[in-house]
Amino acid sequence: MKFFRGSSAAETIPTQSSQKLTRRSSGLGELSRTWESAEGLCVLDLGSTSPTNIRHFTERGHRIYSEDLLIASTDPVLATKDEQGTTVLDSRKFLADNLVYPAAQFDAVLCWNLPDYLDESLVKPVVGRLWSVLKPGGMLLAFFHTRDAGPDSPCHRFHIVGSDTLEMQKIELRREARRGATSPVQIAGGDGFQLQRVFNNRHIETLFRDFASIKFFLARDNIREVLVVR
Amino acid sequence: MSAPASGLAQIGKSVFIKGELSGSEDLYLDGQVEGSIALKGNSLTVGPHGQVKASVDAKGVVVQGKLEGNIQASDRVELRKSAIVTGDIATQRISIEEGAFLKGKVDIHRADTK
Repeated sequence: MKFFRGSSAAETIPTQSSQKLTRRSSGLGELSRTWESAEGLCVLDLGSTSPTNIRHFTERGHRIYSEDLLIASTDPVLATKDEQGTTVLDSRKFLADNLVYPAAQFDAVLCWNLPDYLDESLVKPVVGRLWSVLKPGGMLLAFFHTRDAGPDSPCHRFHIVGSDTLEMQKIELRREARRGATSPVQIAGGDGFQLQRVFNNRHIETLFRDFASIKFFLARDNIREVLVVR
Repeated sequence: MSAPASGLAQIGKSVFIKGELSGSEDLYLDGQVEGSIALKGNSLTVGPHGQVKASVDAKGVVVQGKLEGNIQASDRVELRKSAIVTGDIATQRISIEEGAFLKGKVDIHRADTK
């Protein structure tokens, strides 16, 4: 396990359409170095549909798959009761309809902040499925909030604008709600998704224990970037 | 979006078609289609009320509504901001507006140049 002090910083860039924050990402930088010299990579983006990301990869001759798992997790048919009568999400049903790919399909998976905002009942099953769809040696990038970020940290979508630069855009649930269901479980508050938990390093290591290696990058904006290799 | 140009084949909002749809002219589709759509050499536009559950093979495809199925476009695909697409896209060029939803693959094939 390694810790790296990244040089990420967030700046507010007001735009006419919606505010976007720019941040440098050491994890993305390391991932970019891997695919800059490669051709025909297969990449899975698990964030909101991003025209920017799609353009970024297709212009470089790679194939990109886009799948918004946070929105998919709001489907009301997933709601079920556990033994205690608490409403949880049916992970088997979720994985029957999502992340359906052949084994060892992807060279890279971009998780962004998915584990922080995804319902508890789905996190481990999703990570298990991601392990299986990654090629051996394939890499997965994920972002985790630190405790200092606070429980009301907004959920962002991420757009790749440089080899190590991202634009973060706050997710507005109202805009996304037209995709279908409202959440059966209260993961959405106000007009965005709610932070479900704060992982510590040990939790993150446990979550990715089936992966061959894990690398941490700490940033000044209370986000911990994690790069794992299958 | 403004009304489609006159002279364009149209399927209105209230129309439901199940089966294989093929043609040799551009098509504006604002109804429901299930099956397959083949418009090689021509363009398909799925209007804002359009609901398509079909594989699509055309020269150009513009989506404003809902499309569930794979898209094969020899020239270009455009997903407008109201588009909801579930399926794989193979084309030479693609344009996706902010707000469009895609669940699937994007594969860009450049035309061979001699």
